[in-house]
Amino acid sequence: MSDVTLHHGAEHASEPHGHGHHHPFLQHHFEDLGQQHEASTLGMWFFVAQEILFFGGIFAAYFIYREMYPAAWKAASHLQNWKIGAANTIVLIGSSLTMALAVWGAQGAKRKFTTLMLVLTLLLGGIFVGVKGYEYSEHIHEGLFPGAHFSFTHAPAEVLPGIQMFMTFYFTMTGLHALHMIIGAGLLLWFIKRTWRGDFGPEYYGPVEIMGLYWHFVDIVWIFLFPLLYLV
Amino acid sequence: MTDFPLFPEQASSVAQYVDGLYLGLVAITGVVSLLIWLVIFIFAIKYRRRPDNELAQEQEPPAALEATWIIIPTIIFIVIFVAGAWVYFRIQRVPTNAIEIYATGRQWMWKFQHPSGQREINSLHVPVGRPIKITMASEDVIHSLWFPSMRVKADVLPNRYRTMWFEATKTGRYHIFCAEYCGTLHSGMIGWVEVMEPTAYQRWLAGGTEGSLASQGEKLFEKYACNTCHMATPGARGPNLAGVYGKNVPLADGKSVVADENYIRESILNPQAKIAAGYQPIMPTFQGQVNEDDLLRLIAYIRTLGTEKPQITPVESAQSMQTSAGATPSTAGVAGTSPPAAAATSTTAPATGTNQ
Amino acid sequence: MTSTTIDDAPFIEPSTKERRNYINDEYGVLSWLLTKDHKRIALLYLFSVTTFFIVGGLIAFLMRLELLTPEGDMFTSDTYNKLFTLHGIVMIFFFLIPAIPAVMGNFILPIMLGAKDLAFPKLNLLSWYVYMVGGIFGIIVIITGGVDTGWTFYTPFSTQYSNTKVFATTLGAFITGFSSILTGLNFLVTIHRMRAPGLTWYRLPLFVWSMYATSVVIMLATPVLAITLVLLMVERVLHVGIFDPALGGDPVLYQHMFWFYSHPAVYIMILPGMAVISECVAAFTRKRIFGYKFVAFSSLGIAFLGFLVWAHHMFVAGISTYSAMIFSFLTMLVAVPSAIKVFNWTATLYKASVSWQTPMLYVLGFIGLFTIGGVTGLFLGALGVDVHVHDSYFVVAHFHYIMVGGTIMAYMAGIHYWWPKITGRMYPEWWGRLSALLVFIGFNLTFFPQFLVGYVGMPRRYHAYAPEFQVLNVLSTAGATVLAVGYLLPMIYLAWSVKFGRKAGANPWGAVGLEWATTSPPPKENFHETPTVTWEAYDYPAFLKAMKETQHV
Repeated sequence: MSDVTLHHGAEHASEPHGHGHHHPFLQHHFEDLGQQHEASTLGMWFFVAQEILFFGGIFAAYFIYREMYPAAWKAASHLQNWKIGAANTIVLIGSSLTMALAVWGAQGAKRKFTTLMLVLTLLLGGIFVGVKGYEYSEHIHEGLFPGAHFSFTHAPAEVLPGIQMFMTFYFTMTGLHALHMIIGAGLLLWFIKRTWRGDFGPEYYGPVEIMGLYWHFVDIVWIFLFPLLYLV
Repeated sequence: MTDFPLFPEQASSVAQYVDGLYLGLVAITGVVSLLIWLVIFIFAIKYRRRPDNELAQEQEPPAALEATWIIIPTIIFIVIFVAGAWVYFRIQRVPTNAIEIYATGRQWMWKFQHPSGQREINSLHVPVGRPIKITMASEDVIHSLWFPSMRVKADVLPNRYRTMWFEATKTGRYHIFCAEYCGTLHSGMIGWVEVMEPTAYQRWLAGGTEGSLASQGEKLFEKYACNTCHMATPGARGPNLAGVYGKNVPLADGKSVVADENYIRESILNPQAKIAAGYQPIMPTFQGQVNEDDLLRLIAYIRTLGTEKPQITPVESAQSMQTSAGATPSTAGVAGTSPPAAAATSTTAPATGTNQ
Repeated sequence: MTSTTIDDAPFIEPSTKERRNYINDEYGVLSWLLTKDHKRIALLYLFSVTTFFIVGGLIAFLMRLELLTPEGDMFTSDTYNKLFTLHGIVMIFFFLIPAIPAVMGNFILPIMLGAKDLAFPKLNLLSWYVYMVGGIFGIIVIITGGVDTGWTFYTPFSTQYSNTKVFATTLGAFITGFSSILTGLNFLVTIHRMRAPGLTWYRLPLFVWSMYATSVVIMLATPVLAITLVLLMVERVLHVGIFDPALGGDPVLYQHMFWFYSHPAVYIMILPGMAVISECVAAFTRKRIFGYKFVAFSSLGIAFLGFLVWAHHMFVAGISTYSAMIFSFLTMLVAVPSAIKVFNWTATLYKASVSWQTPMLYVLGFIGLFTIGGVTGLFLGALGVDVHVHDSYFVVAHFHYIMVGGTIMAYMAGIHYWWPKITGRMYPEWWGRLSALLVFIGFNLTFFPQFLVGYVGMPRRYHAYAPEFQVLNVLSTAGATVLAVGYLLPMIYLAWSVKFGRKAGANPWGAVGLEWATTSPPPKENFHETPTVTWEAYDYPAFLKAMKETQHV
């Protein structure tokens, strides 16, 4: 290490891991675990930033059409079962809590506790997606799926095109959100395996933390989706 | 290959301003670019690598120099912006005494309708020295109507009206191009604008028509049963449309909107969007039932309602209006027909219309 | 400092340790396809983008042949429409956007930072595979009948009217977008976290600053394209109306969302070009770039302002007069940082030691052509002129001056400049200079007539055109043949030089930068030991002194 260091951030510049006892998960191109941890956390934040722009685009389109078709938007959001939505919101917030506890557990090398929390997160996430699937099937049954199958008629004819537009946004937005949930669930499975194996500890818990960041982000997207789709 | 122009013909009143701006830009940017190239070449040759200058001499950049070449270009750019905006306003602001022509774009042709009812495809006859205002919409994809010799262009959208205008300054035959890619025969969506002497234009107008746009619109107004709700009687289910064009319409949500072409179009196709204050949202949509040509006719008709001088009322159009007014008694007392005010105006209107 | 220390440095036979490099470290196809080494991934990209460049170039050549005559007699109009669509898609999504970042950025950026690799090597490899999957969609589309929407996919034509492979194409573009996002993310984290000891922000080469700005734009703009294309695909598959006016949608909203990405995408393409130019100007003038901080921050300025000008593509598309005014004004402002760069590069030549080697010839070409491209951007930003020239060949000429005269000139400069580092061999200088000259002449002959024919009134994307435009079109096609020769030559002599070129030392140009402090080609982990940076950016005397010391120790 040299005298001039803007390099790893002050707290990590002190003691790079010497040769001989490289941590098994330290990748060869990093100087030390601190640098590796910071790099991956920063990477996740950048990833979240681009996700915000991704969802931001569809939110912008949603608001523009809401402005254009206020009556249809109102009618369509009444077609959503806000009670199921609210229950699902609580389920998802619960999963965020267990995810946060899992990160805390990984930091403290509580292997069994962390595994349990990750399993709970997966379970709650599964419940959420399951309930979403139930809502989807209800909507499809009601003829609310947009496109050729759209056969919903229990609303004044004038607002029907707007309702279909709303439902297009509903399915696209919640579908993209559910896709993120499913990807997250796949990652959780992998993390459960790694945690159970004992990969994580106070020295090396970055991946769990990053997983947590991702999961919280996906939850926050729902926190915006729920009022916009169910309550407005 | 006989004709080889490097500059387009100037055939409209705004062309000189556009060309002036263009040539001004060519001059400014040409001089600046030449200076940059000259300096680069002088430096690159004068300071070429030789045994005595293997390493360059370092200098600290003087802040004043940096400031100079930040501030001066910024000022030049803002001047360009102002000049561009000034010309743009000339292109955008439609003179009030313009002849109103309606245009429809579709894959792959241009249809033009004159107020007196003449219709033409891929050609447009206009008189020299009169502003021509074109109100246009597309039946399918986005097109763009471009008159290069007039230096004006505007995209033609499928969901609302756009307007453009020009005033031809010399007679002749000029290109019409579609400038927005629109599919297979995009490059065949072309035509000619024929700029004629006013007398020749009048002669051309006198050719056969099917009645004015407004009178064609009036027939449609009955065909689509618009008149069953939009009548001038108190308690009618729809607002009275007499004199509504160009006025401010208070809306049910407290806002208001100017009843221009776009508002009328939207009210026909998406009636729920902006409900006039005091009325129920009961009007069905006519999306998919009324095509673009008919929409233009309906609007032309609605514009004549309640006006002292209808847009253009050739003889046969006035007759058709009298016919409809004459029909009033037969259905009166049931649901009403065309608004009596409008009928009254049209019957009393002079038979020779002007384009006021 | 005598001349021998920097110029004509004698080639010293490297030690056994130094003979091991990233190329001969492992053998076999799999060692390339599964590599996590940023340098090998850069070469994978080099082959892929060159392939797409050839495909896009061939298509362009066919279009120029068709445009020799006004009648449209060589292809049907459907075929021609597919040609210009594919030319745009291939060149933009599969060549220009990845070219400089994924080839030169991948190869050089970590070395410039003194890092062993990018922060996420697996992600880097993944991004190449993602790119290839997107590319394969592109190829499948070309083979199975093409697509005719124009690269802009304007609705409602793309969603309701086109009968071609719109879905597969947009899916390909969507997937390739993720490849750029991953690369951008990797660069950002690497620049933040992987710099060598002593390498402070203001000691960074300007290449890194520009790449940083590029990566920010990639990260913040590409996801908006992604969601826009998702909406477009949903609309096309389900036949619902998001942008379709017949079902209540707004086609102009699509244009807003599309250009919100695609205008910044212009900067994704040109900022890396500027990055290369800054490096080459410094190297071939042996001088610190004049106004280093101004050039560095002008990149960030361009990145920021680039997000605020998207609607200048829509001045005649139906935006209000006042928003047109605002966007025109902002467009004028975004020209300022580009002007700053050009002035500073020019000033760097003052009292410099200018070498007329091939990369510098390309640099001089770049500055000349980019200046024309930039000032004609002012014509388009000025509302009064734009109404006339919008969607005409004037626009085509303008963006080719930026994309080809700018980005590809810079790409060629960079390839020649770093070729000795990448392969360890010198390219043949005489042929290099000839190709630079041919490209410059051919380019101007191809595209300058298009400014004229555009102002006279020839619309873009026209398969057949009015006869009075023919003379200028013939000139343009003639230029295209010269340009084609100019691009073919380097492909041949660069390939030749890999085997037969003169061996290059560590620093054949006598340039400053960490990439010249390691062997050519570099070892697998870039440096035999982690370097410590003690010199300011482009500080020639200090760098040469530091190099001398390390060699003697």
